[in-house]
Amino acid sequence: MSDLRLGDVSVAYNGTRVVNGVDIHVPARSWVALIGPNGAGKTTLLRAVAGLVRHSGLVEIGGRPAVGMTRRRLSQLVAFLPQRPILPEGMTVADYVSIGRTPYIPYWGTESAGDRAEVSEVLERLELHGLAHRRIESLSGGESQRAVLARALAQRSEILLLDEPTSALDIGHQQQVMELIDDLRVEQDLTVLTALHDLTLAGQFAERLVLLDQGVVVAEGPATAVLTEERIQQHYAANVRVVEEPGAGLTVIPVRSNTSSNWGTIPHD
Amino acid sequence: MGQESLTAAEGRTTRVGARMIIVVVTAVLLSALLGVLVGAVDLSIGAVLAELADRLPGVDVDSGLSARDAAILWQLRVPRVVLAGLVGGMLAMAGAAFQGVFRNPLADPYLLGVAAGAGLGATLAIAYFPAQVEWPVSPLPLAAFAGAVLGVAVTYVLGRSAARPYAAATLILAGVAVAAFLTASQTFVQQQHSDTFREVYAWILGALGTVGWREVTLILPYVVLSGAGLILYRRLLDVMGVGDEEADSVGINSSRVRLVVVAAATLGTAAAVAVSGLIGFVGIIVPHAIRLVLGSSYRVILPLSLGFGAVFLILADLIARSVLAPAEIPIGVVTAFFGAPFFLLVLARSRRMA
Repeated sequence: MSDLRLGDVSVAYNGTRVVNGVDIHVPARSWVALIGPNGAGKTTLLRAVAGLVRHSGLVEIGGRPAVGMTRRRLSQLVAFLPQRPILPEGMTVADYVSIGRTPYIPYWGTESAGDRAEVSEVLERLELHGLAHRRIESLSGGESQRAVLARALAQRSEILLLDEPTSALDIGHQQQVMELIDDLRVEQDLTVLTALHDLTLAGQFAERLVLLDQGVVVAEGPATAVLTEERIQQHYAANVRVVEEPGAGLTVIPVRSNTSSNWGTIPHD
Repeated sequence: MGQESLTAAEGRTTRVGARMIIVVVTAVLLSALLGVLVGAVDLSIGAVLAELADRLPGVDVDSGLSARDAAILWQLRVPRVVLAGLVGGMLAMAGAAFQGVFRNPLADPYLLGVAAGAGLGATLAIAYFPAQVEWPVSPLPLAAFAGAVLGVAVTYVLGRSAARPYAAATLILAGVAVAAFLTASQTFVQQQHSDTFREVYAWILGALGTVGWREVTLILPYVVLSGAGLILYRRLLDVMGVGDEEADSVGINSSRVRLVVVAAATLGTAAAVAVSGLIGFVGIIVPHAIRLVLGSSYRVILPLSLGFGAVFLILADLIARSVLAPAEIPIGVVTAFFGAPFFLLVLARSRRMA
């Protein structure tokens, strides 16, 4: 079991700091959600942790600094899924999920029997058996999201970084994927850090939320502490109502401004 | 037990099956046999088979071929068929590799300046070191090879200093610029030496007319080296399919994979181009035909491209030298004549990929 600790992490693109001195601790087996408006630096921060972008500051995985680890070693510890993963046309689901085994396969080698067994197990767990030899582009949106998760799970890393894992899904599939991630977290002892736009889902599933704005952490804690109407107004420029539903957690409801008079004031010409 | 084997089958990745190997080997042997049988002088199939069998260790049969016919078979037809096979297999495999590392279905082995560089090298050799001068080594293939390798090297150096160094799109753009520059230089040299026009033109269209065993031995080491190198990367080419960032996130260095694959493919392509000129379309249509039928895994595409590329070019050469016999059609014309319609089909399909 590994925790994830970021200390004073900064990322600059062409001299502009897009992530600025971020400190986050994700305890082992917990789920922390990064929230914040577009351009807040959520994706960049995830990419920095995954070793895909040059950064300053400290990233520690299970107490070991990530800097100085080989790419291969890092990818055995951390799996990263971008918001829009590329699904290679014509590739079978089994071949796609096997890509997750790359950190364990010799550079010029191919999958061992052990790798194939891992892939089978992951396919089984995510209910993709039967689709293993289908071409990946023929899957539905929900199925391909599961295939992408399967690829990350095949990496057998204890830390899962997910950038907007539900953004392309309908409300039912959003719930299913979030519940699946949570079940997997518990049964496979995963430490999860996700970027999420949907504040209600973030509040329901993540134990703690980290609100980023302009590359800086502006609030963090449990949903009830972070998700306030004023804060969301201030950082998202959004009019919302935050409703606490007993047993269901917080619900963030967008409220349309000037609701009463809008239609009447549109001039007709 | 039944349950277990069922699960193992689930995780099985795409691979070249025994049936595929039998099909491709048979196709290569049949096309090669056809290639050595057809020509100006009729050789009977029985005699040719006996003559070929005679060369096998431990076999001693009398083919009944005259010394002249045996010379035609061994000194003209067999090396030509072998060379066509090597060049075709190499170009097809290199094309497949380029399509993989650039994630571009229309990439071919000439993408980064191989063709333009080889063209300039060949034109310089024809213009300044005409063939009648006795040289210890023939200058034309040497110059073409050097030009091809240099073209790609310059493209890589330019691609390094961009905002996204060594990214696929960066390299393709650098390749376009390098190719345009080299082609302009080649055209200029050619205009200054208008007497070379015919020879340069013939070389650009590709020709296997004047080859013998010497050319075969010249390119064989490169084809073996390049082919073996590319086969080693078959799984990593599949990993590259998910894009540089995701490939990097599973622990590989996608820029380095691209560099090594491009270097290996370029070496083989440059050797092929040096002895046969610029034969087009093989590198696009052969891998795509395999892709259309057998899916997109490079574990299948790379080895089968080697085999079917050989078959394609052996047959194309057969057509090139027999349709207007005794005259020869440039082999590049034959491959393009069949390649272009197929290319349009690929283009129509690739619109859906985008």
